[in-house]
Amino acid sequence: MGRRVFLGTLGLGALGVVAAPTLQRGLEGVLGAVSGRDPTGLSGLLPNGGGFRYYSVAASVPHKDATAYRLTVDGLVDHPATYTLADLRAMPRTRMVRDVQCVTGWRVPGTPFEGVRLSHLLDLAGVRARAGAVRFTCFDGTYSESLTLAQARRSDVLVALRMQNRDLVHEHGGPVRLYVAPMYFYKSAKWLSGITVTDRVEPGYWEHLGYDVDAWVGRSNGRTDVPTG
Amino acid sequence: MSLRADTPAPAGTRVRRFTRAERWVHRTTAALMGVCVVTAACLYVPPLAELVGRRELVVRVHECAGLALPAPVLLGLASRAFRADLRLLDRFGPHDRLWLRAALYRDKRRSSRPAGKFNAGQKIYAAWIAGAGLVMLGTGLMMWFTHLTPLAWRTGATFVHDWLALTIGIVLAGHIGMALGDPEARRGLRTGLVTHAWAADEHPLWRP
Repeated sequence: MGRRVFLGTLGLGALGVVAAPTLQRGLEGVLGAVSGRDPTGLSGLLPNGGGFRYYSVAASVPHKDATAYRLTVDGLVDHPATYTLADLRAMPRTRMVRDVQCVTGWRVPGTPFEGVRLSHLLDLAGVRARAGAVRFTCFDGTYSESLTLAQARRSDVLVALRMQNRDLVHEHGGPVRLYVAPMYFYKSAKWLSGITVTDRVEPGYWEHLGYDVDAWVGRSNGRTDVPTG
Repeated sequence: MSLRADTPAPAGTRVRRFTRAERWVHRTTAALMGVCVVTAACLYVPPLAELVGRRELVVRVHECAGLALPAPVLLGLASRAFRADLRLLDRFGPHDRLWLRAALYRDKRRSSRPAGKFNAGQKIYAAWIAGAGLVMLGTGLMMWFTHLTPLAWRTGATFVHDWLALTIGIVLAGHIGMALGDPEARRGLRTGLVTHAWAADEHPLWRP
């Protein structure tokens, strides 16, 4: 009898792995509806309970407010620059509403992001002819990301100042984060503090740990999610 | 008919319930499980994740503890007493059915809950947690070594790992809660000895 319970549990586990896509779709529907009307926020603790998950690779992340925050643009450019939050807020804004897809599987539908196009900052800096890529660094002191110059110039790549119709909070990478709409969310580096134009792509933090550099949603990392671009 | 055995020994006498090997199997398994639960919480509960950060390190500790989790039981197989316990846990008798029915109807009378060395609840818990632990190990390995299995399996493994983790957390809380409510049972696992009175009360069919 004990053996039967033991083997039954194993069998159910194996069945769960096979039946997961069906079960997951059903649960996401139910939990999505529940978490929308859950004042306690407890449903957010359930797997696939909806909403964003907080990932940080650093031991602790300093908080930067409007006075302390700086964004530097340097590398292979004619006019290196350092911007304050006020400088960035004064620049032309772009607003986009797309799904956010994490490479670990969770997806948040229809999330508004608002900010300055990265291409605008690159134009202001004057990218030199031999440049081929852009490297991003963060004030958590650890994280880094990168894009090819062609990817960085896309109109759906933002230096984001607002998310979900409010100023970016610290937990979501505020006051300023990168937003690369068509790629898995690890490309959208939080706590952005440096933009360096380089001659070729230098893999970022997760890419050194095996994730794809060209992280198109649905076409990389061995996943087949619906594209967000 | 009462299933309770006559117990002529004087109250307060201590009887041996667990040998050193059995106690160490439980202790090390509990410690490793504790590490798994704490690191899992630091990966999945947002306020804890924000507090701890260091995602890569926490993942590595979780993986190592999870991989080591079956080791105490496997090493314990060298102990005759532990193997005897496993046989007792596996064997269900008619009295176990009575025990389960009483548990179902919240009948707390001792006479309606006959049990040998292990009661029916402990037997089911042991079998389930062993199976669940292996499912966690298997799905965990699929998430760890992502190139070993096709993508669909990996997504399924993540799904099962997440939900089973939540289930194990709840069941484990029940397991610990019941232990907190029974100091003599805890003493049995700490010192190996329990009072004769407790044994006669909780495990009347057990012949130490």
